[in-house]
Amino acid sequence: MATISAGAKKRILEICAQYKNEPTPLIMILSEVQNEFGYVPLEVQEIIASELDIPVSDVYGVVTFYAFFSLKPKGKYVIGVCLGTACYVKGSQQVIDKFAELLDTKPGGTSEDGLFSLDALRCIGACGIAPAVNVNGKVYPKVTVAQVPQIIEEYRKLEEGESL
Amino acid sequence: MALVNIKIEGHPYQVEEGLTILEACRSVGYRVPSLCTFNHGQCSKASCRVCLVAVKGARGLVASCVYPVNEGMEISIADQNAMEARRANVELLLSNHNMNCQQCEKNGHCELLEVAKIVGAREGMYQGEKTPTTFDNLAPSLVRDTSKCILCGRCIERCKDAQGIGILGFENRGFNTIVGPSGNRSFATSPCIQCGQCVNVCPTGALMEHSEIDLVDKAFKEGKKVIVQTAPAVRAAIAEEFGAKIGTVGTGKMVAALHRLGFYRVFDTNFGADLTIMEEAYELLGRIQNGGVLPQITSCSPGWVNYLEYYYPEVIPHVSSCKSPHEMLGAIIKSYYAKKHDIDPKDLFVVSIMPCVAKKYEKDRPANRAVDGLKDVDAVLTTRELAKMIKRAGIDWNYLPEEEFDQDLLGEYTGAGVIFGVTGGVMEAALRTAYFALTGEEYPKIEFKEVRNVSLFKEATIKMGDQEVRIAAVSGMKNAKPLLEDVKNGKSPYHFIEIMGCPGGCINGGGQPYVHPNLLPNEDANILDTYIAKRASVLYSEDERLVLRQSHNNPDIKKLYKDYLGEPCSHLAHELLHTTYEANREKYPQVKK
Amino acid sequence: MIDSVKKLDEKIAHCSSCLKKKIEGLDGKRAVVVCGGTGCMASHSEEILQEFQKLIAEYNLEDEVSVNHVGCFGFCSQGPFVKIFPEDTLYHAVKVEDVKKIVEQDLLNHQVVEELFYVDPNTHEKVQRQDDINFYKKQVRLALHGCGHIDPENIDEALGYGAFKGLEKALSMKPQEVIDLILKSGLRGRGGAGFPTGRKWQFAYDQKNDTKYVVCNGDEGDPGAFMDRSILEGNPLNVIEGMMIAGYAIGANNGYFYVRAEYPIAVKRLRIAIKEAEELGLIGDHILGTDFSFHVHIRLGAGAFVCGEETALLNSIEGKRGMPRPRPPFPAISGLWGKPTIINNVETLACVPYILREGLENFTKYGTEKSKGTKVFALGGKINNVGLVEVPMGTTLRELIFDIGGGIPNGKKFKAIQTGGPSGGCLTEKDLDTPIDFDNLVAKGSMMGSGGAIVMDEDNCMVDVAKFYMEFICDESCGKCSPCRIGTKRILEILNKIVRGNGTRQDLDDLLHLSKTIKAGSLCGLGQTAANPILSTTANFMDEYLEHIDEKKCRAHVCKHLMKFKVVPELCKKCSLCARNCPVSAISGVVGKEPFVIDQDKCIKCGMCFSACRFKAIVKE
Repeated sequence: MATISAGAKKRILEICAQYKNEPTPLIMILSEVQNEFGYVPLEVQEIIASELDIPVSDVYGVVTFYAFFSLKPKGKYVIGVCLGTACYVKGSQQVIDKFAELLDTKPGGTSEDGLFSLDALRCIGACGIAPAVNVNGKVYPKVTVAQVPQIIEEYRKLEEGESL
Repeated sequence: MALVNIKIEGHPYQVEEGLTILEACRSVGYRVPSLCTFNHGQCSKASCRVCLVAVKGARGLVASCVYPVNEGMEISIADQNAMEARRANVELLLSNHNMNCQQCEKNGHCELLEVAKIVGAREGMYQGEKTPTTFDNLAPSLVRDTSKCILCGRCIERCKDAQGIGILGFENRGFNTIVGPSGNRSFATSPCIQCGQCVNVCPTGALMEHSEIDLVDKAFKEGKKVIVQTAPAVRAAIAEEFGAKIGTVGTGKMVAALHRLGFYRVFDTNFGADLTIMEEAYELLGRIQNGGVLPQITSCSPGWVNYLEYYYPEVIPHVSSCKSPHEMLGAIIKSYYAKKHDIDPKDLFVVSIMPCVAKKYEKDRPANRAVDGLKDVDAVLTTRELAKMIKRAGIDWNYLPEEEFDQDLLGEYTGAGVIFGVTGGVMEAALRTAYFALTGEEYPKIEFKEVRNVSLFKEATIKMGDQEVRIAAVSGMKNAKPLLEDVKNGKSPYHFIEIMGCPGGCINGGGQPYVHPNLLPNEDANILDTYIAKRASVLYSEDERLVLRQSHNNPDIKKLYKDYLGEPCSHLAHELLHTTYEANREKYPQVKK
Repeated sequence: MIDSVKKLDEKIAHCSSCLKKKIEGLDGKRAVVVCGGTGCMASHSEEILQEFQKLIAEYNLEDEVSVNHVGCFGFCSQGPFVKIFPEDTLYHAVKVEDVKKIVEQDLLNHQVVEELFYVDPNTHEKVQRQDDINFYKKQVRLALHGCGHIDPENIDEALGYGAFKGLEKALSMKPQEVIDLILKSGLRGRGGAGFPTGRKWQFAYDQKNDTKYVVCNGDEGDPGAFMDRSILEGNPLNVIEGMMIAGYAIGANNGYFYVRAEYPIAVKRLRIAIKEAEELGLIGDHILGTDFSFHVHIRLGAGAFVCGEETALLNSIEGKRGMPRPRPPFPAISGLWGKPTIINNVETLACVPYILREGLENFTKYGTEKSKGTKVFALGGKINNVGLVEVPMGTTLRELIFDIGGGIPNGKKFKAIQTGGPSGGCLTEKDLDTPIDFDNLVAKGSMMGSGGAIVMDEDNCMVDVAKFYMEFICDESCGKCSPCRIGTKRILEILNKIVRGNGTRQDLDDLLHLSKTIKAGSLCGLGQTAANPILSTTANFMDEYLEHIDEKKCRAHVCKHLMKFKVVPELCKKCSLCARNCPVSAISGVVGKEPFVIDQDKCIKCGMCFSACRFKAIVKE
């Protein structure tokens, strides 16, 4: 078992405490942990399970059931390509394939430098602007295969800017 | 109970209200094929879709295992669509199943195979990719092979709801769903107590005991003197493996079979049980008289001891330091017995036949090596494994005579030892002796009715002289939890608590013959509600039959103390018969393959 | 605090007059509203709003012009929209750089910016007002009440637009009377199967239990459907009010919104609306001085389509894996935490205040005999006017696709429309004049579902479409019951065989047989409809399946293994653009000299050359 920093543990306990008056708050807690830490490893699940007095297997079962939760850290930038019907018929499969090619990772995976994660999204309801791509909440409308390298470049540049 | 009128295949029947269609059909003579469902819905509920029937007016087919009957319901099991659907669903399950049926350890007890036969599943009907699988045999007691799993959820229910532990759960989603300890870890690297209750309910070969028949074979081949001992609960169930009805006594035939299998000596673990009682009763007296830590809690169930170390390490001072009976007997065989016969203990190989899979783990504990670092017990076989060995050797159970255990220093046993196999039994046996030790008299009424019940939690107050002793017996970890909370918080009102890992005690241990109603056509429909009591009655009647019913009256035990150990809880007794517990047991240890 | 009917009436009167003044310019101000739906937000409508605010400040127009977001206009493919009151001028496809022009030309000088008007693709006329656009002409907005009109983050605008009048009315009635009204209205669940809403309520009402729940199902998961999101983004209070009316009717004091986590804007606005209503005392204890108390909670989905199934949804709220429960017991008897619970879809609840507020007749005047009212559809796919439309039940598919939807782009031929998402089915040319209602769609082998409507043209391969839906269903199967868990996988495998040109007639038989098994034997609604893409496409497009199997041909040139890219030498300008775009160097030729040629053994059929060629010299075969 990897160890969790005392600070992170404190924060997780705080999140659990925040929902102590809610009935069955497991998914709410997990969502918040996922949002804050980017993933919910087994070690964190142990803490949550013991706070809620439920078996870890219940927590693990939930984490692996819902697409929103991740057991491994996500990349700094999470690229979600919508594969909803509207986007699919307008070519989003080719878009995600291009991302996969350029980032050298499969959908669901993270690039080797840890910068990008690639996700196939269920319909995000942006059908009017299909195919839609979402990067950390920013939605790119009507994305073509040719735009894919530009989108990646945009964030790489941002990264370089930050490291300067 | 109110009755409702239903029709099955057009014929009118009256059945109890509130029953499921499956139960109602069974009560009037129809057996709907079913797979995932277990007693009273102890499963993931309606997931396998093998028990589908047609109900007039219903949208689609109906899962008979969960759908309640109602007035005027018209059911058809033989409906063509329902039969096709049942067959197709079984065929789909088979298409994602590792079909090495001939070599499968579950061969002969597999419910999937049985149901495939009933629905007429066709070979290779659907083919395709299979769910990625995991094979885990790192744990000493249990083997998990997800390639055989049909996701019925019985094991999950058993572990979480019946045992209150919840090691097993569903993981992932859709076609990738599997059942396992969180993170698809090994049983060996999770805080699993290895009780094997999951094994008892698994319909296929997905969960099995870790077989040690090979270890025994090897010992024979190496020319060791292989001594076998059998736990009391084994005799209450072994006959089931050979087609006898549940509740049949198997003692004499079992001993005869063990003789024919070539064991050097066939002992009864009851001797060890009597020894345990001596040690444990005196330990209890010591605690009561000297103001020791109370309540004292029994220690003979390794499932419970695992639970203790993982979940209630604070309670360790309460737990008797006595080894479990087969470990005691093993230690005595390798010391006293070996010395008396002038045998090098290294040439001895002790096999325990147990109703339990956790004993396989227990025998490996470093603290259970009393003589020269040798394991007290070298191999543990379950009741089921013993049956396999008997069948393998070509022995026909029905032709076996009744034979007696070997009388060789360690042969005598008492009724007190016999009832170890039932919840409440250890305490009852211990109290028989404690009473004597405290008052110098035999307790006039030997049976403590208060605890003699297979119900899972019992308590009583016994008067011993001017001392009132409050006792409780509990089985199944879920039932133990509230008692342990009290003990942990210093609020327990008891002097003595018996805890058994498996609900009902050893007779319902994880190594006992399977009770799968689908495969037991000659048993009553409610056998899952009654089998524990039926097995228990075997042990109680043996206790009643025996002349010697108190451990302290066992002549071989008396001789052992006189010739060798001195007195209960002596220094030597401690060395050989007592053990230690781990207060900081790692819940998720790293284990090398 | 609004703690009496009188105070509410006063507040509503005040807010109505404010809103009226704003729209009609009677407050001496002009009002700019910017679409704040997810689609337009993605096209920078937030920046547009900020740009307006900045320029309005620069030009010192604060006292003359107000600006705010409103909910979705529905016509998403033409967004972002900006509308200016009181003139009711609509600008479409506005970019941040257009804002300056609008401010300088229109706001300062009252000169409309014609170039930003919507242009009718058929008549090429510029249209200034929203109501004059064909897309909107046949629409009736009951469920979308207030969407695109009011500021969803300002409760005063909602109150000015009718909010809480329905609840006020309900509270003046007995609960059973409210249920009777909903029964009479013929309102049916908008989320899928169309179960009569009033009957659901009645079941729950009949349960003797002090604790009951109302759950609003906002786990809109059908790919291509976004009506619930738009309603929640555009007028969250309307749905809250519907939930409260339901709560009053069945005797529940707590309501739970279950909303997809993928809808952050909807969630944010819902939160604001709840908070604002709580602050006014419109949510809480003793609402309007009555004995009725109600509290509203939000739970977020976590990415599982199956949680749209009501019992899976309940498990999800209970913090479990979203695996459906067998029914009976039905949720109305034993639902959330074992208590009687009704689960209504967002759109259903959005219709409820209207029925109370405007009366039965104003609802039942729309629709067909057995499907009353309106239905919101998310038009998508190969259609000119992509967006959200609300039409009376009974509108024909032809009206929906060609009048409102503006027909198929690029002069292509209509092939099919998929309604009801993956669980629905496809309807074809022959069904175009069918009036759309719950029963007609089912009779035609599809279903209403939540209202996704994806149009397909001749370039879509129906076997591929079936495969797309099966992949989705396979991914989203919860894994609980064997027909759905394993059966959908086997179907997908067979489909893969067929699209690769390896399918046999036996495969087709197996496909149909397996589909029937899954339909008859699965545990939940998702499983029972999981094979619909197969049942529906085989029923309507068996010829395409047979072509794939017998002739190894995909007429739409979609199935990669059954198609080739070829260079037509006569059209090739020998520019080498195709070769330069080919990722696997499968194209060779000599620039300016020889036409280029594609090596079929190397070609991976990615289509890069096809899109790169400017002379249409590359064709699919």
